[in-house]
Amino acid sequence: MDSDLSPQDKKDLDKFIKFFALKTVQVIVQARLGEKVCTRSLSSPTGSDWFNLAIKDIPEVTHESKKALAGQLPGIERSMCVEISLKTSEGDSMELETWCLEMNEKCDKDIKVSYTVYNRMSLLLKSLLAITRVTPAYKLSRKQGHDYVILYRIYFGEVQLTGLGEAFQTVRVGVVGTPIGTITLSCAYRTNLAFMSTRAPGEDEGAYNGVEDSQEVCTTSFSTSPPSQMGVPGKEGGVPQQVPVQPCHGAQAEHRRVSSCPPADHVPATPSSSGEDAETSSRSVGVKSGSPWGVLETTFTRKVGAFVNKPGTQVTTASLDLPFAAFAPRAYDLEENDPMVQPPESSATSSPLQGSLHSQGSGESGGPAQDDFVMVDFKPAFSKDDLLPMDLGTFYREFQNPPQLTSLTIDVSSQSMAEDLDSLPEKLAVYEKNIDEFDAFVDTLQ
Amino acid sequence: MNCRSEVLEVSVEGRQVDEAMLALLHTILLHRSTGKFHYKKEGTYSIGTVGTQDIDCDYIDFSFVRVSSDELDRVIRKAVGEFKDAMGNGTDGMGQISLEFYQKKKSRWPFSDECIPWEVWSIKVNVVNLANEQERQICREKVGEKLGEKVINIVEVINQHEYLPKMPTQSEVDNVFDTSLKDVQPYLYKITFQITDTLGTSKTTWFCAY
Repeated sequence: MDSDLSPQDKKDLDKFIKFFALKTVQVIVQARLGEKVCTRSLSSPTGSDWFNLAIKDIPEVTHESKKALAGQLPGIERSMCVEISLKTSEGDSMELETWCLEMNEKCDKDIKVSYTVYNRMSLLLKSLLAITRVTPAYKLSRKQGHDYVILYRIYFGEVQLTGLGEAFQTVRVGVVGTPIGTITLSCAYRTNLAFMSTRAPGEDEGAYNGVEDSQEVCTTSFSTSPPSQMGVPGKEGGVPQQVPVQPCHGAQAEHRRVSSCPPADHVPATPSSSGEDAETSSRSVGVKSGSPWGVLETTFTRKVGAFVNKPGTQVTTASLDLPFAAFAPRAYDLEENDPMVQPPESSATSSPLQGSLHSQGSGESGGPAQDDFVMVDFKPAFSKDDLLPMDLGTFYREFQNPPQLTSLTIDVSSQSMAEDLDSLPEKLAVYEKNIDEFDAFVDTLQ
Repeated sequence: MNCRSEVLEVSVEGRQVDEAMLALLHTILLHRSTGKFHYKKEGTYSIGTVGTQDIDCDYIDFSFVRVSSDELDRVIRKAVGEFKDAMGNGTDGMGQISLEFYQKKKSRWPFSDECIPWEVWSIKVNVVNLANEQERQICREKVGEKLGEKVINIVEVINQHEYLPKMPTQSEVDNVFDTSLKDVQPYLYKITFQITDTLGTSKTTWFCAY
């Protein structure tokens, strides 16, 4: 089969297939990052945009693709697959879809490699861009975050679809005939999204190694420019520098996290193909070094808001009324002496603030010792620091904590609900007795 | 050479017309646009780079990819806007918007150039009115699914690799491509629409983008 191809055509075709495979993986993974992709059109070619499409290269993804390929090319019975799965914060995971780049034996001997095959591969990548937004996993990936993340796995060899459950659907993205076989690109996606726990003991520990272990960030630059059209072969602008390939990793590539949602201490993933950003990108797209599983735990740990008391700490009425009132036990002492809170002339009538502090019954119940905290003197902006009654601060506090309505005072509310219910029939009897009066009143209103 | 004709049908609510049409037209144009050609000596040319961007719809649970070209987007939006105005706002109705790719064939004076279509995409739109918010919410999702199916249909047709005009020489490029845009180069196209009014009569309007 290959003997009909000229050496140049064979070389070009192998190169096209290789970069087509790499770009295919980039498109799929970037479409599952969870954010919108946007690349600029350039009227003048740069010489490095394969297939005349602006598809950025995330170095980690390129590295994983090359690791999976292990120096081989997709071919007949050698398929390249990208598996997309979902993993929840509880550790359950589910395969969502598998994208397959395959080749069959149907050859198109007459097709022009450097022109038609190249353009059709470009068209197929455009179709892939469109289709990746249409399968169910796209919407899920856009909503990933604290509850779940989307992972990807690249493998080479036999297509594995058993993880997609029953009744998965297949969509064919397209085909490109070549003199050595027909390339097909398709996606099999799960239709049943009911969750089954797939946690396995110890599975988590090994799931995320790989990126941190390897200190070799992808240094390959795709500097071989695509050939000019109309049969004039393009010159290679540079020598691709290959990352040393680790053998036999293709079939067992681990799941990689695909997320741009930053955990608390992460740098947001920003896919970039620029050289200086390569290392940053590779670290942030994957899982940061250190304890990968630990990072995930951080991500999924419920955050406690600032100044929230730990369970067991009493939250007093004072703490509800007054900002930072958890410091009140200590502040109480301070406030006694604080002329802002207790101006001399209003000592006869205790300020509402004072009253509310007293009403709780115990000034000390503001919580455990707050020795670590400093009382923040509540001085409003622009207020004068003098002893006048009803200065701005006092005014603000008084009206921030108005006295309770009589009907809602503790004395009244101390009646239990049971007592209320018991007194109801009696009250109803009284009202019924006076029903004529009520009717007369209503008539006067009409 | 026969012109290939494809028909897509969608039913949408009034406020979804714009986005549904944009989604489908842009999906087709994504596949029918190349980078700008730069002709060199020796009869060769290089091609610019086509960027893409994701667009989220506001009234439909759907996202699509379009070519990164604000100029092209403006032209398509204008056409879709005119189509929607012609359909009327908030009323039931049927209409059809067609995207036709053609080649120009130069004729001698006094005859004008001939426009020979080679691919026509017709999108039939049925506009429905919905009674309440719950129906609208269901419609958002259903129309999103339908548009997804249509995108798959479009891709299936495109990847059958049937007729495409030959790559032109520099002197012929304007007969095959729309070279008016700064950043991308779609095949020559025109957009037309037909509205069927309540009496069942159709009115065709030509929107010439180029």
